[in-house]
Amino acid sequence: MNILKFITAGSVDDGKSTLIGRLLYDSNAVSHDILETLERQSRNKADGELDLSLLTDGLRAEREQGITIDVAYKYFSTTRRKFIIADAPGHVQYTRNMVTGASNADLAIILVDARQGVVEQTHRHSLVASLMGIPQIVLAVNKLDLLDYSEEHFYKIAAAYQELAEKLKLRNITFIPISALAGDNVVQPSANMPWYLGPTLLEHLETVEIEPEAASDAPRFQVQYVIRPKSNEWHDYRGYAGSLRSGSFRRGDRVLVLPAGIETEIVAIEVNQVQVEEAFAPQPLVLHLAHDIDISRGDTIARFDAQPIVSRDLEATLCWMNERPLRPGDRLLLRQHAATVKAIVKSIEYRIDVHTFEHLSDDKLELNDIGLVRLKTAQPLVFDAYKQNRHSGGFILVNENTYDTVAAGMLEEATELEPG
Amino acid sequence: MSTHFDYLDHLEAQAIHILREVAGQFERPALLFSGGKDSITLVHLALKAFRPGKLPFPLVHIDTGHNFPEVIRYRDELAARFGERLIVRHVEDTIRRQGLKDATGKFPSRNALQTYTLLEVIEEFEFDACIGGARRDEEKARAKERIFSVRDEFGQWDPKRQRPELWDIYNGSIRKGENVRVFPISNWTELDVWSYIQQENIALPEIYFSHRRNCVVTPAGQLLAITEHINLEPEDEIAVRDVRFRTVGDATCTAAVESPATTVDDIIQEILIAKISERGATRLDDRLSEAAMEDRKKNGYF
Ligand SMILES: Nc1nc2c(ncn2[C@@H]2O[C@H](COP(=O)(O)OP(=O)(O)O)[C@@H](O)[C@H]2O)c(=O)[nH]1
Repeated sequence: MNILKFITAGSVDDGKSTLIGRLLYDSNAVSHDILETLERQSRNKADGELDLSLLTDGLRAEREQGITIDVAYKYFSTTRRKFIIADAPGHVQYTRNMVTGASNADLAIILVDARQGVVEQTHRHSLVASLMGIPQIVLAVNKLDLLDYSEEHFYKIAAAYQELAEKLKLRNITFIPISALAGDNVVQPSANMPWYLGPTLLEHLETVEIEPEAASDAPRFQVQYVIRPKSNEWHDYRGYAGSLRSGSFRRGDRVLVLPAGIETEIVAIEVNQVQVEEAFAPQPLVLHLAHDIDISRGDTIARFDAQPIVSRDLEATLCWMNERPLRPGDRLLLRQHAATVKAIVKSIEYRIDVHTFEHLSDDKLELNDIGLVRLKTAQPLVFDAYKQNRHSGGFILVNENTYDTVAAGMLEEATELEPG
Repeated sequence: MSTHFDYLDHLEAQAIHILREVAGQFERPALLFSGGKDSITLVHLALKAFRPGKLPFPLVHIDTGHNFPEVIRYRDELAARFGERLIVRHVEDTIRRQGLKDATGKFPSRNALQTYTLLEVIEEFEFDACIGGARRDEEKARAKERIFSVRDEFGQWDPKRQRPELWDIYNGSIRKGENVRVFPISNWTELDVWSYIQQENIALPEIYFSHRRNCVVTPAGQLLAITEHINLEPEDEIAVRDVRFRTVGDATCTAAVESPATTVDDIIQEILIAKISERGATRLDDRLSEAAMEDRKKNGYF
């Protein structure tokens, strides 16, 4: 059994909450006491039906405003998989929430209302899915019950979406016709849509292939913490603790410590205090190196024959998440896992229109804007292009004063090192 | 090639990663240890993250004075066995020092008062990060909490000011006076914790397993242990039952469930069959209001 992390995206009223509620309810993930509460709350509502969308409604402020304003996590499992749902709300302003949810997702369910088909919001959601590199997409065409479960409508929407997906180079798209309210093709196959022969949504979620982190990627490892017991028993012990983010390491691998560029060798790998010959992502490890080198938190250890990029000049797609706009010349902290460096914004190359995908020239990025920027860092950063490696190509920007997280960044291939 | 990892391996890896981030990012972290299965699991994970070194943080127990003696014994043995530093602070003392009103009523719960002691201990040791065993599946307000959750000087949580948490990059930078609550097992469910305890063979306090006990039956049909801290009345219904506890909080408000389960395997079987979520079944005070947890969190509760 493994884990599938997925995100749901849709415009307000497309039926996202109902869909998640349906998944949880029909897969028996909802317990008695929560059901009781649900029945009580549903009774307070006008129509009196069991309102499944209440299952995903979280905080009181939101209950009062009647909208979901933040990412909430939900869990359920079947005999085949454990599922983690990041429920990112569909409200127009909240690109940042979807980006947040998408950053950890293996799959995105993009929901459309069959009566409206592909709308502006669908463009935005698909753009985010593409930029964040979500490996699998499901286009769930909802509310087909309101259109007599029409095959024609479903295929028309699927065709329109296919066109959109090509523009964004989205791959691995699965189209599923559903009614979240009635339950068709969510967990149970639909008797109302005999023309649909594919899997139900849950079947698809249970069986879709997800790439293991270890696959074919180059090994990436950052030192999080140096273990030095300094006790009599472990007098000379010096281990570099961190997680292998991708790929694998073997004892004896020739490695570089970056950004310093010092060459050495892995003499021992420990997993849970046991020495192993080989370790794989996403295992947490302790590495021991041949030479006594000055290594600290944030340093990268990479195999000699699979080196990452080391540069102070960065080009990155940003999603800006703060009320105060980003402008050229702004100084921020860049945090890439255990590495933190100061950064300055050199230029904003363009902003992306999230509906047409056009590149617009602009001198700022506002809350929920997405755009390409150039940054210069005080010390070199060790990374890969995000498209190559989601683990070593992502970073956040942090405000130097408030320490708030103000942007998500996806690195592009390095640009030439310029003087200055 | 052993590239196949089970879901428990993934959960463990994430938790260890988070614990090491805490050690790397903070000057004076602490692990809040309640003696319950979730915080025991945290200690187990912390040992995996930092051995053969010492843990880079002490274990801190906020003792309500209403604890089960088995839990206190377990706590002291655990700290001694692993040679780790244990700090205990008592709600009793906080009540005296700050002139607070102690909990009253038939089942006087000091759960809400724990907050004061926690804030005191944070101030006393200048902790900048407190690791806790809360899980997002416990109830709805928790479902939105971050893994690194920033609190202001009053320990308050502002759901609207939460930092977005991207990939597994954790932003623990804070200003003076602020501190961070860290929840490494956020993504675990109750069943995940039990499955992990089974896999790792982790010992737990005896009260988690079936034992015969004198209980008082509440009007709602819940079973509460008879201890010196609850105020029995003549008309109370007393019963001797085979029970176990699903959480080990304040003994005055932590209900027992009837169960013959004497092993972790038995418990997992019971959980698979019964689908009553943990907090709903056992915490009296959460039933009072759906917004109860949200309110307590805003006030600096764990
Ligand atoms: N007829 C029909 N109505 C639906 C369906 N799914 C959701 N709805 C209704 O659409 C409205 C909005 O649903 P909700 O789940 O709250 O949407 P959200 O804003 O995307 O979370 C509610 O009145 C639902 O009952 C469906 O498949 N068919």
